Formats: sequence, C-alpha cells, structure tokens
Amino acid sequence: MGRITLDKVTKSFGDVNVIPPLDLTINDGEFVVFVGPSGCGKSTLLRLIAGLEDVTSGQIRIDGEDATNLPPAKRKLAMVFQSYALYPHMSVRKNIAFPMKMAGVDEAEQKKRIEAAAKALNLTDYLDRRPGQLSGGQRQRVAIGRAIVREPSAFLFDEPLSNLDAALRVNMRLEISELHNQLETTMIYVTHDQVEAMTMADKIVVLRAGHIEQVGSPLELYRAPRNKFVAGFIGSPKMNFIEGAVAQQHGAETIGIRPEHITASETDGMWSGKVGVAEHLGSDTFLHVHDSGLAETITVRVNGEFSLRHGDTVYLTPEMDKVHKFDAQGLRFE
Amino acid sequence: MATQHSRSAARLMMAPAVILLLGWMLVPLTMTLYFSFKKYLPMRGGDLGWVGFENYIRFVTSSSFWPSVVTTLTIVGGVLLITVVLGIFLAILLNQPMWGQGIVRILVIAPFFVMPTVSALVWKNMFMDPNYGLLSYLWEFFGAQPVEWLSKASMTSIITIVSWQWLPFATLILLTAIQSLDSEQLEAAEMDGASAPKRFAYITLPHLGRAITVVILIQTIFLLSIFAEIFVTTGGAFGTKTLSYLIFQRVLESQNVGLGSAGGVYAIILANIVAIFLMRIVGKNLDA
Ligand SMILES: Nc1ncnc2c1ncn2[C@@H]1O[C@H](COP(=O)(O)OP(=O)(O)O)[C@@H](O)[C@H]1O
Ligand SMILES: [Mg+2]
Repeated sequence: MGRITLDKVTKSFGDVNVIPPLDLTINDGEFVVFVGPSGCGKSTLLRLIAGLEDVTSGQIRIDGEDATNLPPAKRKLAMVFQSYALYPHMSVRKNIAFPMKMAGVDEAEQKKRIEAAAKALNLTDYLDRRPGQLSGGQRQRVAIGRAIVREPSAFLFDEPLSNLDAALRVNMRLEISELHNQLETTMIYVTHDQVEAMTMADKIVVLRAGHIEQVGSPLELYRAPRNKFVAGFIGSPKMNFIEGAVAQQHGAETIGIRPEHITASETDGMWSGKVGVAEHLGSDTFLHVHDSGLAETITVRVNGEFSLRHGDTVYLTPEMDKVHKFDAQGLRFE
Repeated sequence: MATQHSRSAARLMMAPAVILLLGWMLVPLTMTLYFSFKKYLPMRGGDLGWVGFENYIRFVTSSSFWPSVVTTLTIVGGVLLITVVLGIFLAILLNQPMWGQGIVRILVIAPFFVMPTVSALVWKNMFMDPNYGLLSYLWEFFGAQPVEWLSKASMTSIITIVSWQWLPFATLILLTAIQSLDSEQLEAAEMDGASAPKRFAYITLPHLGRAITVVILIQTIFLLSIFAEIFVTTGGAFGTKTLSYLIFQRVLESQNVGLGSAGGVYAIILANIVAIFLMRIVGKNLDA
C-alpha cells in the first residue's frame, strides 16, 4: 500500500513561502515524477512527504492515516538521496542491513533480504567493500538496495541520477523503471530533467515556484500543455514561441510549435530564414534558424541527412494542427 | 612534480627547511646523548669525564623514577579522556544553531590563548586556594569543609587545570569535523529508523574517528612534556612529579646535567612507547 495525499500543504522557511497551498494525490503503485526548474521546491516537497521537514500548515495522509506529525521512521517510506548518503565507514552489506538492524529484523531474515537485493542490483561481488571503493553507479545501487530491504510502502528519489555520467544515467533510468515494474510499489521521483520525467513517469507533476502547473501523463503534457511554462518545459528541444502578427493570425497572443512539427525545405515554405548552428545527432539534425522575422531563433528538427549549411536560406512550414495557441495570460486554448 | 627538472627544483627548495629542522632536532639530541654518558656537575667541578651507563642506572633505580612515569601517564590519560568526552559534547552543542553562536564559539576557544603559567596561577589562586578561592566559597556555601585542592587532591587538580586548557583545542577540532558531516547521512539514518542516540553511535561517532585520533595524538605529544602547570602549582610535590619534572629537578635543582640527560633519553623512550601504543590503537583511523 502506498497512497499519499497532500491536503492544502504549505511550507515557509522564515518569511519565505516555498510551497503555497498544494493539493496532490498519489495513488498506490504509481510512478510519479516531480519535475521543475532548480529551486522550485521539488526537494522541499519530497522532504515534507518524507517527514524530514515539518509542514507549516495542511495535512499529509499516507494510506488514509494522518501522517502530518509522524516522525520519518514511522511513515514506512524509503528515500534515496542525491548524494546517496551511504554510511562511509560501513561495508555495503552493513549499509544495506542498517535499516533492518534498526527495525530489529532477525539475522536470518536480514541475510536473506540482503542477498536478494544484492542479486537484483548486481552487488553480490561488492558486499564487503566500503562505499568509497565503488563507482557512482554502484553507490547508487547500494542506496537503492538500502531502500528496498525495508519493504517500504513508497520510495522517494531526490534527483538520484544527477551525479552520474550520461550513459550510466540512461542505464539507471531503465533499471529504476524495471524495479518499479517488479515491485509495483509507489515511487515518487524528483528531477529537473524533463527527459527523465517523460521516460519514467506514469504521472508527471510540473512545479514552478512551489505551484503545481499541471498534473498528467507524459503524453498528455506533451500534447496538451496547460500553459506556456509547461509547453516550454516538456519536450526537447524546447517548443518555439512566436508572438506578434503571425500569432494574431491564429487569434492568439502567442503560438507555440515544437521543432518536430515544422518541416524544412530548401526550395519553398511558409516562412524563410537563415541557417545558424546545426546540431547533428546522426538520426536527426536540429537546425537553429535565424532572421525569420518570427522569433530570434526557431529550432527545427530535420532528417539527419539534411544538407544545408551555415548561412544558407531555409524555408519552414509548420504542421497547422500541431500549433498551440496561448492567450495573454499564457494559458493554452483550443 | 612530473619532470626530472621540477623534482630537483622541489628538492632544492625544500632543502633549507629540511636542514634547519634536522639541525634543530639533531643538535639537542646529540648533546643529550653526549652528556648522558658523562659526569657533569656545572657548579661542583664541571666535566668530570666519561662514566659509561652509570647515569642511566642511577636514574632508573632512583625511587622517584617509576612513580614519575605513572604520574605522567595518569595525567596524559586523564586529560585525554576528559577533553575528548567533553570536547565531543561541546562540539555537538556548538554545532546547534543558536543565538550568539559566534561569540559563544570565541569564548569557548579563549582558554587556549591563555599561557599555561598564567592559567595555572589563576586556578591556583582564584579557584583552588583553600582560604579565598572561589571553590572554597562554594563549598562553604553548602556548609562543607573547603578542600585543600593542591595538596589533598593534587592529581585531580592538575588534571582539571590541564584539561581546561586543552578542552578548547579538542572542541575546535571536533567541531570542524562535525560540521563536515553530511547532513543527508543523518537524515538517511533517521529515515532508516535510528533514534538520536543510535544516530550518534552509528553515524556521528565513526565520522569523528579521525578527528578524535588527531586530538589524541597531538595532545599526547604536548601532555607528555607539561611542566609549567606543575611548576606553578605543586612544584612537583604531593605525587605530581612527572618524568619531565623529575628531569628538571635533576638538572637544575641537583645541578647534575649527566643524570638529567639520561632521564631525557628515558623520556624519549617513554614517548615512543606511548606513540607505538597509540598508533596501534587509533592509528588505523588515519588511513583514508
Ligand atoms: N532549509 C532551508 N532554509 C531556507 N530556505 C530553503 C531551505 N531549503 C530550501 N530552501 C529554499 O526553498 C526553495 C526550494 O528549494 P528546493 O526544494 O531545494 O528546490 P529544488 O529541489 O526544486 O531545486 C529554494 O528557493 C531554496 O532556497
Ligand atoms: Mg533539489
């Protein structure tokens, strides 16, 4: 079980209000990702749920019971920290055993769970090493192992992959998703990286300055962002925003069009501009187009073989049914 | 330091310091060894020639030798125990966010800046004097007979005075160590269900291991040779004669340089024995 409900939760540090009243329900077994720019209060929100910070007002319920004033240890939640927070003077085995030792689990059971976790996380050969003798990815797995053996009702992850290199990050992303499929336990995952959010989440919660901007599945957010902020945050490369006369033609203050929804041509199209930097990824190329009169830069995704060079003229045509319209408040409308 | 050139340049630049240090150490050591094999009485005939190991034998067989070793070790052990335990306690307290933290920290450090002679005098006259010391007033206030600290509880008094001097050092080192403890580790332990005492035992204390080792090793070096505190308070009487005090008496009071030098060599040996033991016990904490 792991159903977590936040009811008008607020948090202030002194005079600074970090989380304005916030309501959120996380269902049992869901993989929820909190995503938002740095400093928007993601970690604070996670720490409130964990019980490492006291709420200023409001209520947190776990499985229907009021947990607002429960100490962290009593909430049956396990957390994986950004710094991993492994105990440096204990071996991997002792690190993983620590929560069970504190809970008074008997030795035989401890051994069984450690071995199961080590096997699942490929740590069997490293059980007698210290955290300092492990690579970043292995440390990450130890931290996850320490969380698993507690058999918590929900896992909390605070930017667990941000200290890993790119290749390892992709791997661990898969491993964590895999783990979620196996355990079917609620997971709350905090990240500033929208790619992680899109690839892992059942449900994404987009935060800005402590506010929830939108809650929904990855594709819902991609297809129907509620406002300009979500539209710009979800999707990579970023959506292009165009203001002025072109937007007015659509009856909007601003229109947004994703790089993958613009076709580029060497000969004709609706708009024209000059090719600036071209980023070649092999399969795709991202063209940064200048001097189009629409916006300073328009990013366009084209085929990897596209052969225009710096300074060439390029013609762009948007897919009309994929154009997003925003009003003066930045809200999207149909 | 990669190339041949930069390595030899480095050696050249380190040479003055190394030579100075070597000279600083070797000259007194050689002279001590030299005099320890001589009968040398400055006021009573000067250099009276070589005597072999006579000084060494006389020094150990004197009735003051073993008690002085015991006294030395008792003072070192007692002060270490008090400063480490209280130092950890104070460091934890000072690490809590509180009003006036800066001033409190400076006040805690202050005793370290008081010269040993001065602090011993202050303790002797202002606190421990049986007639007008503050402690005697305190005892009288509760209707008790004032204690003659320096004669009746001489070792306790000296250990107290020296601990008071060294507590700031221990606190300072331990405080910086506590500040470097990653708070996420404590939070992780809290989520893992560890109570505050268990978090201290399993997380904070092991983290402090290295700092405690440093405190113990450095303090031992200085405590083995404490002198001023004893000279000013008891003058070596009432069972407070340490090895270094005994050497002082032999050289200056009995004017027997040869005998004192032999004692100096014993002091070096004692210091090394203590060092070996300490490194056995706590040295592994220094490995990264
Ligand atoms: N202990 C604290 N005291 C004061 N301000 C804090 C504290 N913790 C976080 N904040 C502030 O709260 C805001 C949100 O922080 P945080 O939750 O860490 O952001 P995120 O994890 O989204 O990057 C930041 O502006 C930060 O400065
Ligand atoms: Mg954060």
